[in-house]
Amino acid sequence: MAEMQVDLVAVERQVWSGTAEFVFARTSVGEIGILPRHEPLIAQLTEAGMVRIDPTDGESVRAAVFGGFLSMDGEKLTILAEEAELGDEIDVSAAQQARDSANEDDAEGRAAKARAEARLAAAGQGSE
Amino acid sequence: MPAQLRVLRRRIRSSRNIAQITKAQETVAMSRISKAQARVENSRPYVREFTNVLAQAAKAAATDHPLLVARENVSRVGVLVITSDRGLAGGYNANTLRLANHRLTELADAGHEPVLFVVGRKGRDFFRFRGREVVQSWTGFSEQPAYENAVEVADSLASAFLVGGEGTIEGPEEDEDPPVIAPEEMRGLNGVDEIHIVFTAFETMLSQTPEARQIAPLSLEELDSGDSDDSSDEGGDSEAEYDFEPDAEQLFDVLLPKYLRTRVFAAMLDAAASESAARRRAMKAATDNANELIDNLTREANQARQAQITQEISEIVGGADALASQGSD
Repeated sequence: MAEMQVDLVAVERQVWSGTAEFVFARTSVGEIGILPRHEPLIAQLTEAGMVRIDPTDGESVRAAVFGGFLSMDGEKLTILAEEAELGDEIDVSAAQQARDSANEDDAEGRAAKARAEARLAAAGQGSE
Repeated sequence: MPAQLRVLRRRIRSSRNIAQITKAQETVAMSRISKAQARVENSRPYVREFTNVLAQAAKAAATDHPLLVARENVSRVGVLVITSDRGLAGGYNANTLRLANHRLTELADAGHEPVLFVVGRKGRDFFRFRGREVVQSWTGFSEQPAYENAVEVADSLASAFLVGGEGTIEGPEEDEDPPVIAPEEMRGLNGVDEIHIVFTAFETMLSQTPEARQIAPLSLEELDSGDSDDSSDEGGDSEAEYDFEPDAEQLFDVLLPKYLRTRVFAAMLDAAASESAARRRAMKAATDNANELIDNLTREANQARQAQITQEISEIVGGADALASQGSD
């Protein structure tokens, strides 16, 4: 099966790097699944969202990605994020609490809720 | 001479205190450098990838987005100067500020009006003392900058850049979702046409050089030369047809503030590492000097003490001789 190089890079560190068969992400326009040799694309991701990477070997990697965008140049997919956390780094109970206590009446509360939901989705706990 | 001895002892004591303090500063700076250096290293992949993506996007999109096109009539130019909050860092601030002044003079000579933005207490005080207006300054994080700090600084710059030299910065309008929301302090001020940044680049532990660069509008030549070794091994077909989601124009609206944040953050991390390296060097020199001073003073004090003892002995001997000669009479 074909594969592509995937780099998930946050401002402060390289979060994940390796080869993958499939990547799922949510852009500002809609959900997108990227296979190797996808046409060149630059897309803005939702402010807070989950990205799933299916590596060539091993289990799917999920990450919560904030303020990110992705760039696919045909062979190499780069996901750039202001902040990114891998699923197993996420504090699930803190995220759950943040989601339940978020006040949905103002923009800030909605953003906080979206962040919490992205974290939960990345940790495999949220409703997709 | 007991008075001289007392003075010498006092000087030794105070030199020892100084050495202790500078030694402590040196140790702190030392531990900060390795942390700061690691942060610089860790942030490099993002800067590199971002720059690559931006370069490819700019080539493919053929857009005249304000980020990419140099403006014809440049009236006001924003200059961001990154300095430290504390002193005791040798020539670190002096060198940065000298270069900043140089750049300001250059811009003024070219007929532009420089507009100052400053990070760090030292820089702010420097310009304030000289009566130069500082539009906005940020302090309190020069040694350990967080990304949020860079966001704050970069968003001010972005809001000024987007309205341009002729425009005035305003708050967001109703039902509008601008890429950058201008901070309160910036509202009502005039914008800028270009953004330059002056900071100290961290090269190695022993060498840090102040640099002045234009970061917006960005030139593609700079992007290409920046990381040519990284992009060349990608097969070189950078002319590929790119799809943009959302469309190119909107995407650049989103990328512009992110790009500025990235550049400002990278500069801050470099500056922080340089600051600690400069401080370590300065404090090491100070500690060495203090120790040398202590050695010399100790030698002098020993001499003085010995002289005093010799004098006392000769006085006693002289006294005893005098008594003996009196008794024999």
